[in-house]
Amino acid sequence: MNRDFWKAFARNRGAVVGLAIMAAVVICALFADLIYPTSPWEMSTIPFQPPLSEDAVLGSDTLGRDIAAGIVHGARVSLLIGLTSTAVALLIGVTLGAVAGFHGGRIDDAIMRFTELFQTIPNFVLAVVLVAIFTPTIANIVIAIAIVSWPPLARLARGEFMALRSREFVQAAVTTGQGTGTIIFRQILPNSLSPIIVSASLMVATAILLESSLSFLGLGDPNVMSWGYMIGAARTVIRQAWWMSFFPGIAILLTVLALNLVGEGLNDAMNPKLARKGRA
Amino acid sequence: MAAIASFLGRRLFKAVFILFAIVVINFLLVRAAPGDPATVMAGEAGAADEQFVQQLREQFGLDRPLHEQLGIYLADVATGDLGYSYRQQRPVWDLIAERLPATLILTGAAFVLALAAGIGLGTLAAQNVGRWSDSAITVLALVSYATPIFWVGLMLILLFSVQLGWLPAFGYETIGAGYTGWERVTDIAAHMVLPVLTLGLFYMAVYARLTRASILEVRDMDFVKTARAKGLGETRIVLKHVLRNAILPVITFAGIQAGHLVGGSILIETVFAWPGIGRLAFDAVLQRDYQVLLGIFFVTSVLVIVFNILTDLVYSLVDPRIEVA
Amino acid sequence: MSDILLDVRDLTVALPEGAERPNAVEGISLTIGKNEILCVVGESGSGKSMTAHAVMGLLPKPHVKVTGGQALYRGRDILTMTEAEQRSLRGGRIAMIFQEPMTALNPLMTVGDQIEESLKAHSDLDKAGRRARVVELLADVGLPDPEHLRRSYPFRLSGGQRQRVMIAMALALEPDILIADEPTTALDVTTQKQILDLIRTLQAEKEMGVMFITHDFGVVAEIATHVAVMQHGRCVEIGTAEQMLNAPKHPYTRDLIAAVPHYIEHRDDFLKQGEALLQADKVCKTFHLGGGFLRKGRQIVAGRDITLTIHPGETVGVVGESGSGKSTLGRCIVGLHKADGGRILYQGQDLVALDRKRFRPFRKDIQMIFQDPYASLNPRHKVADIIAQGPIAFGEPRAKALDRARELLRLVGLPEQAAERYPHEFSGGQRQRISIARALALEPKLIIADEPVSALDVSVQTQVLDLLDEIRHRLGLSMLFITHDLRVAAQVCDTIAVMQKGVIVEMNTAREVFQNPQHPYTRTLLDAIPGRGWEIPEDLRARRHGGTHDGRGAVA
Repeated sequence: MNRDFWKAFARNRGAVVGLAIMAAVVICALFADLIYPTSPWEMSTIPFQPPLSEDAVLGSDTLGRDIAAGIVHGARVSLLIGLTSTAVALLIGVTLGAVAGFHGGRIDDAIMRFTELFQTIPNFVLAVVLVAIFTPTIANIVIAIAIVSWPPLARLARGEFMALRSREFVQAAVTTGQGTGTIIFRQILPNSLSPIIVSASLMVATAILLESSLSFLGLGDPNVMSWGYMIGAARTVIRQAWWMSFFPGIAILLTVLALNLVGEGLNDAMNPKLARKGRA
Repeated sequence: MAAIASFLGRRLFKAVFILFAIVVINFLLVRAAPGDPATVMAGEAGAADEQFVQQLREQFGLDRPLHEQLGIYLADVATGDLGYSYRQQRPVWDLIAERLPATLILTGAAFVLALAAGIGLGTLAAQNVGRWSDSAITVLALVSYATPIFWVGLMLILLFSVQLGWLPAFGYETIGAGYTGWERVTDIAAHMVLPVLTLGLFYMAVYARLTRASILEVRDMDFVKTARAKGLGETRIVLKHVLRNAILPVITFAGIQAGHLVGGSILIETVFAWPGIGRLAFDAVLQRDYQVLLGIFFVTSVLVIVFNILTDLVYSLVDPRIEVA
Repeated sequence: MSDILLDVRDLTVALPEGAERPNAVEGISLTIGKNEILCVVGESGSGKSMTAHAVMGLLPKPHVKVTGGQALYRGRDILTMTEAEQRSLRGGRIAMIFQEPMTALNPLMTVGDQIEESLKAHSDLDKAGRRARVVELLADVGLPDPEHLRRSYPFRLSGGQRQRVMIAMALALEPDILIADEPTTALDVTTQKQILDLIRTLQAEKEMGVMFITHDFGVVAEIATHVAVMQHGRCVEIGTAEQMLNAPKHPYTRDLIAAVPHYIEHRDDFLKQGEALLQADKVCKTFHLGGGFLRKGRQIVAGRDITLTIHPGETVGVVGESGSGKSTLGRCIVGLHKADGGRILYQGQDLVALDRKRFRPFRKDIQMIFQDPYASLNPRHKVADIIAQGPIAFGEPRAKALDRARELLRLVGLPEQAAERYPHEFSGGQRQRISIARALALEPKLIIADEPVSALDVSVQTQVLDLLDEIRHRLGLSMLFITHDLRVAAQVCDTIAVMQKGVIVEMNTAREVFQNPQHPYTRTLLDAIPGRGWEIPEDLRARRHGGTHDGRGAVA
């Protein structure tokens, strides 16, 4: 089972590349303090140093801070927010979706109307409003991203639960007297997990994009260095210093791309028959 | 026809319900904004004495029970009163109304571009599945999908405005040039190219991926085999049978995605200094002007609902089964 | 004697690498002449459908392709024609209809437009001419109000009507050859009869050659002039219908024919003894579909005043077409649905009145076997766990429940090692045995079997039916056997209830229902059984009753 999974995953070359990039990003995040021991906020050289300068491989910014240090440290907040907000979104989305799909009827109706409402609201605008009103801290950003990201997961989980609920093996579990808890956690959940895992991996990517967009607008946590903030701060000097916004952007691009590739690999390995559908 | 009318009627009713819910959320967010709204407003107005605050409280009914306040708020919104920005010394609605056309042009053009190009590229990729053009389109879509749009905007500016000098980077038109008539149109069009391209690119990638997947799925369906068994030509099979059916989930998804597109305009307008409500939102964020921000939240939500109704309309024209949907 | 339209010679179709076998079809030769109906018979995976698709040039390219042989249409090899030439034959001279009428029509185009497309592709008729022809065709296939129907979308039509539209489409250009790929398999038996009659009539009228693919020897007996039997991609026997049906030679053909379900007259009448085990009393059930909080949905009456009794040891068959409410009745009894009205008395206790908690003890006594062997076993659990989960839920120690699971596997004719494997490692018939073992694990008194064999090939069907029959005699079980197929019901049921639109129209002993049907609907159903005029050869008939099959020996 496990070996088959890896075999199918490895067959997708993009997924393997994605996994390698992700490993690099994770290493950057974990060992940022070892790679660049000084704070990324500190001035380390003269401002406006172009890339490949002696003391700054990727150049320095308007205040003389090392771009490379910023990128390495920025990996932390990207991953942290990407993962935690996805976890929160999973908790909200899968719970609501599972309840809706399992019970059906009025409960399903009510939950789905609620989901539709959140799907209609322009998600980025809501995230901006929430973070702006409740002040930009990491916790608030995580909550805001989770609040705007859960609806697709709810719909997915609902669909899975609904389909599995009427599958004959679940009905057989009912007729053999198994309890509701057993049915949900032993029979339905394990079978609905693979599409949810795939979606979640793609959602981490979306969450990282959202976080970078928020910090680009100046709504990032002012205490931590983030890629979006670096681009936002360098925006006005793009004519003079392209590298200040270029490299952080590449960092985002590679991370998000890697996550998407991994997601597709997971999809190939877990749902070989399901058609690939773009989700956002 | 009656079926379409009843379908749209149902959708319209749902839209009204969602609108109501959004107003309620908006109201709750106003309450949740830090500090007593009256104090904040007074602060924004630059006058913090207790008497003025009290006067504001009465004026906005802040001393009444919450449900009454909600009632007042609903009535205000229904008459187009979205509050007052003390920072800018103008009603929020006026601020937004002035900026709305620019945003509508931007998002509308990007939406059409993304759909047309996305469906086109997705079809092309599906038709050549496994060949180089498919791989190229798939990679393009994957990369576009993974790139933050604000960064794409900056890079396009760098390339086309700074390096090549082909296209203007900022604004809606050349200020002070005094163009009129046709000249003005081309001037605006030139300003539109980069922002529309940037905003459209991401969604184009999304729709291209979806179209490709959808076509590959529909292509194996029984009725396509029927069409083939009838001896129809390949073009006709693709256009009349495959594409028409494959496009349905794309339309549905585009409707759902409209909200993201409108949200994305905040970023694009910020990058390109496009004078729309997105740019207004950015300024409001910088100034912590919550009244304007919440007004924008409301208006963009309405915009999304309008997009949704439009896609529903398109859907109802393509799919005869709506009445049983 | 008749001129040959299609001459397939030594046709071989290769499967992609890694498939179960190298070739889907291997060295097939067959001919279809004018006025002939050649039935190609075989079980699933025998390559019968591939043969038809190869002739039509409809193989799923590029994975599956013809690697040898010829398919001559009036002397010219279709397989070497250009794509354009092939296209002009397809839908023009050779037409095809498919198994699934529900999905074979484009949902977004009107029926008329879809037929017109054929005419547009292959004829010079002008718009008015095409339109007139469409109406004429729709009338030809017996559809009501063709002028109106022309403008309808497929979703408004029933399965039978859609299949008629498919036939109209196929006949649009008066083809020489009609290829029908299991065209009646997805239809109810009464609709099947109508479609078979239609195909036969039209064939005779237009003097077409027909290649009719089926798995059902009853259908063969109904329409074939010639028969080819396929097994594992090869044609094992071919001949005239007369010869093949009455004096089959190849052992596989003989097996297939012996497995055809037919009414057994030797069954002893069941003697009802003691109190009824289960008594349904005026049970009602209505479903509300598609309603939202804004609009009213449709209502479907699945059960109206259903009354029936099951005695200890009795097997009651509930027979009806799709939508008759037969499955709903079964599900109400096991508590998967709640009846809206009436009483279901189990040993005197009304189950309808019980809430979930108080119903639970009765679950042990009433077990269900489901239709789809691929959906009824959790793919992530081992077979032993699947069987033991019920007893464990009722408090049996795990080790004991697992031991018992192994025992049950033996009872249903599977090796003990099966316990440690996952469902996907088993065939359909084996899975159905696992389902039976699971139902038996709780030592029930009543088993509800919902179409337990309809997803299986005939030869496997017989084995599973024999197993069920044997087990219920040995363990003294009562059974409610739900099926759409009267022939299958005849194999195992003591009593048969015929359902139509949520109502039991007739209930009597199996013998009475077959020999002396009272209700007109029962007569319609009996009349629609395909091949009812055909007597299975005496020697093969005897094989069924002689007991050479005991179900336990063979592993399906």
